[in-house]
Amino acid sequence: MPQPTPRHEPNLALHIEDLTVAYNDKPVLWDIDINVPPGVLAAIIGPNGAGKSTLIKAVLGLLKPSAGHIYLHGEPYAKQRRRVGYVPQRSSVDWDFPTTALDVVTMGLYGQLGWLRRPGRAARTKALSALEQVGMADYAERQISQLSGGQQQRVFLARALVQDAQVYFMDEPMAGVDATTERVIIGLLKKLREQGKTVIVVHHDLQTVATYFDFLLLLNVRLIAQGKTSEVYTAENLRAAYGGQIALLQTAQIPQTPPTVAETV
Amino acid sequence: MLEALLTNPSVVVPLVGALVGVASSLVGTFLVLRGSSLLADAISHSVLLGIVLVYLVTGDQYSPFFIAGAAAVGLLTVFLTELLTRSGRVKADAAIGLVYPFLFAIAVVLINVFARNVHIDTDAVLLGEIGFSWLDTVSVGGVEVPNALMTLGAVTLLNALFVGLFYKELKLATFDPGLAAALGFSPVLLYYLLLGLTSVTAVTAFDAVGAVLLVAFIIVPPSAAYLLTDTLWKTLALGVGIAVASSLLGYLAAIWLNVSIGGTMAVCTGVFLVAAFLFGPRYGLVAQRAQRRRQQGENAARTLVVHLYNHESKEEAGRENSVSALRQHLRWDDAKVSQVTAVGREQGLITLGPKRERLFLTDAGRRLAREVWEPWRRE
Amino acid sequence: MFEFDFTLRNVMLGAALLGVSSGVLGSFALLRQQSLLGDALAHAALPGVCLGFLLTGSREPLPIFVGALLSGALAAGFTMLLTSRSRLKTDAALGASLSIFFAFGLVLLTFIQSRSGSGQAGLEAFLFGQAAAIVPSDVRLMAVVAVAALLTVALLWKEFKLLTFDPQFAASLGFPRLPLELLLTSILAFAIVIGLQLVGVVLMAAIIIAPAAAARQWSDSLGQMVGLAALFGALAGVSGALLSASGRGLATGPLIIIAASLIALASLLFAPERGLIASAYRARGARRELEQQRVLLDMYGLAQQHSDPSYPSESGMLRALYGGSPEAQLRRLEAAGLAEHTTHVPGEGTHYRLTEAGWARAEAALNSLGHHA
Ligand SMILES: Nc1ncnc2c1ncn2[C@@H]1O[C@H](COP(=O)(O)OP(=O)(O)O)[C@@H](O)[C@H]1O
Ligand SMILES: [Mg+2]
Repeated sequence: MPQPTPRHEPNLALHIEDLTVAYNDKPVLWDIDINVPPGVLAAIIGPNGAGKSTLIKAVLGLLKPSAGHIYLHGEPYAKQRRRVGYVPQRSSVDWDFPTTALDVVTMGLYGQLGWLRRPGRAARTKALSALEQVGMADYAERQISQLSGGQQQRVFLARALVQDAQVYFMDEPMAGVDATTERVIIGLLKKLREQGKTVIVVHHDLQTVATYFDFLLLLNVRLIAQGKTSEVYTAENLRAAYGGQIALLQTAQIPQTPPTVAETV
Repeated sequence: MLEALLTNPSVVVPLVGALVGVASSLVGTFLVLRGSSLLADAISHSVLLGIVLVYLVTGDQYSPFFIAGAAAVGLLTVFLTELLTRSGRVKADAAIGLVYPFLFAIAVVLINVFARNVHIDTDAVLLGEIGFSWLDTVSVGGVEVPNALMTLGAVTLLNALFVGLFYKELKLATFDPGLAAALGFSPVLLYYLLLGLTSVTAVTAFDAVGAVLLVAFIIVPPSAAYLLTDTLWKTLALGVGIAVASSLLGYLAAIWLNVSIGGTMAVCTGVFLVAAFLFGPRYGLVAQRAQRRRQQGENAARTLVVHLYNHESKEEAGRENSVSALRQHLRWDDAKVSQVTAVGREQGLITLGPKRERLFLTDAGRRLAREVWEPWRRE
Repeated sequence: MFEFDFTLRNVMLGAALLGVSSGVLGSFALLRQQSLLGDALAHAALPGVCLGFLLTGSREPLPIFVGALLSGALAAGFTMLLTSRSRLKTDAALGASLSIFFAFGLVLLTFIQSRSGSGQAGLEAFLFGQAAAIVPSDVRLMAVVAVAALLTVALLWKEFKLLTFDPQFAASLGFPRLPLELLLTSILAFAIVIGLQLVGVVLMAAIIIAPAAAARQWSDSLGQMVGLAALFGALAGVSGALLSASGRGLATGPLIIIAASLIALASLLFAPERGLIASAYRARGARRELEQQRVLLDMYGLAQQHSDPSYPSESGMLRALYGGSPEAQLRRLEAAGLAEHTTHVPGEGTHYRLTEAGWARAEAALNSLGHHA
């Protein structure tokens, strides 16, 4: 197999080419090309089952693509692991697990610790400060099942913060959370962007997407459009992504300008 | 003549096995389809407690109370399991694993303490004594009929009646409990009836096959049948067929090898399951593999045409729509590249450029790409 | 009472080892929602036990141990294959492989019996467990396996914890998910196989699940839960083994299981936080609080209507507003200093009015309900 140059598209935070992912040979992502520049707050949007979670899992090496390649800041994920943070969907774990909020946040450091080493005092300090950043310092010793959905989501976010990454992937961090949590989360995301980090978020709410994010990836099995929000947030693109479901949305808020070229950044 | 048949072990024993199998797989089909098969495991163990308690109270070895006691304990098992699950302290599988071993252990200790050297001993509890099922007989109109045949025949009839009468309701409650409730059937009632019948089946079959083997009869034939067909009545019919066939084959094999008859019958159901798993017409491993290979080829061809379609009208087309791009961008190895391009050309989807490097879509290829890419535009 | 002899010491040591290792590994199995995998592994060990015996012709622990492990692994593999490659759900796949493997084990068992005549091989002990059959070499093997299992868990504690709580995140950090899962499942299989002689294959599921479920009730920390589960497991094992050894030919397995189940039952009922009684009690308290608040707010409403903070509400009126008998509520409000009863007009029935504290409480309650907006 011919190897490309060691660093491929190093100027892009995320570079995906010709990605196809299949479950049991049924493709759910078809020939995706994505280029996300560094330092943006990007949303992945698309209807249920569009493959948004699948895309993130493929990027993080949790699924093996049947075609295509993925680079983060010019290197494959296996080499960039320590520079990537991940917030899985909240429903993907059992919150009745016997542990505290602080302990869950500490898990974000397990990768840096490596095998066998246990987290010590330094780890505890880092985890506590991350909890503080999400406004959860008072809940550090709380059993996680006693937290509200929004609080659990903030714990997950704090766990990603301690990863101290360059690129973050978050799967629906604002689904089903209270208004306070949503404010805290969006504030943090913006802060991360100010620090020059790239944040890529699966977002479910079309009403807020244009105000929160400056970069969009519209996905529905294939990539419908990508680019600056101002350029790709159009009725035409949304209709293409959501099919008939768009009728359910308040189209008044969506600009009716014709779409710009979708494939360029 | 009839009497001779009914006292001939090589007629009665496989017949008893077949009846156990038929009765079990009739109820088992719905448990498997509902995803509650492990309740069958729990029930078939815990009915022993019902049997022991009734025995200790009545001192009788044959009493209609056995049925009632077993049904009660069986339903108690289900009830306790659901209670534990609903309390949210343990998950459903752990609840099953907490409840039935407890009830079963109590039963075994009671046997150890009070009922040793009588009809129920602990080995029989697991193995059953189907080989002796022809010995206990009752007189029916002057003909000596084995007890097991009478009771199992009655239970088989009962289960068949239940399934026959409530076929439509069971089908609905199994596949769409919400709709069933909305239409005014009570899926919960039906479900408890089903589990009650499972308990009754378990207690009548207990002497013959014991607890664990009964689990095989309840779960395995319907599972094998489910791998062979999509239709409910066919699943039921095939399950019954597999159970009967397993009993006959199991009997013959066990006699030949001089080993446990019930055990061999259960192993035979397993053979059917493995066969269905490997060679089932649609869901079998072999069929799936063939289907998968076809699909993989098709997907690869589709990935190729979609790739070409995406780039053909852009300036990078020269770079992207080439054989080397497939290697570098799609990360296909040489073998796959040449295989897929060959398939694509065979199917008239693509043509190769003069230097065998550039790839071009044909009209058919473009049509396919558009179909994949923009399914909602399909004419 | 007992003769504290050599055999008994063996048995107790074995039972304690079994209890500790199955408590520890059962905790992980329970939290990974694989409780019944233990059941399948145990049932499926039977053919391996018989084959180990058939091939070596003796009850040496090692071949039997290896055989049990191999057939357990085969059954686990078959179950996984059925769930991933066929349309059968986990429950059917598990139940099918459990019963088929066990049936095959019975066939082998009867084959051995028919060959060795009436002498039998003493393998029936593997069905329900037989403490009396334990010999020192068994205990030594159990000790080696238990220590190895516990060491592995101690070394890979952090990794196993993360894998159990959030396997996807673990994989994203670069921990190899499949090998770790296989390792954890194999140690579980080890723990099960060393317990077969004591508990037997039939009831093994409970000694995996019950101590862990009991321990979960008492603690919200994984470390404490695992420690407690080990303790409960050992307690159940030793008490069951002692009872069984006390004579009368009671099978060991059922006694150990009853002990473990009773511990689980008591924990489910009586644990302070998660216990069902405690939470029923708390729920009753909350309900009472709510009822009390309703009466308080009724009085507040009447007082406001009459623009008189200390308006004496007539108890019949309150009854009508409350839709039932408010006496108990009123008595509690009075005891809490939120209301007091007054004699308004003689012969007109009891009247109640809010105290200042009661007034403040009512306003606070309304505020928290969002009525101020
Ligand atoms: N583990 C899986 N096995 C098979 N199909 C899956 C699996 N996970 C997701 N899918 C299917 O893949 C498609 C995309 O899923 P997902 O990425 O979760 O969508 P989204 O996150 O956009 O809602 C859906 O049709 C879903 O049914
Ligand atoms: Mg998703």
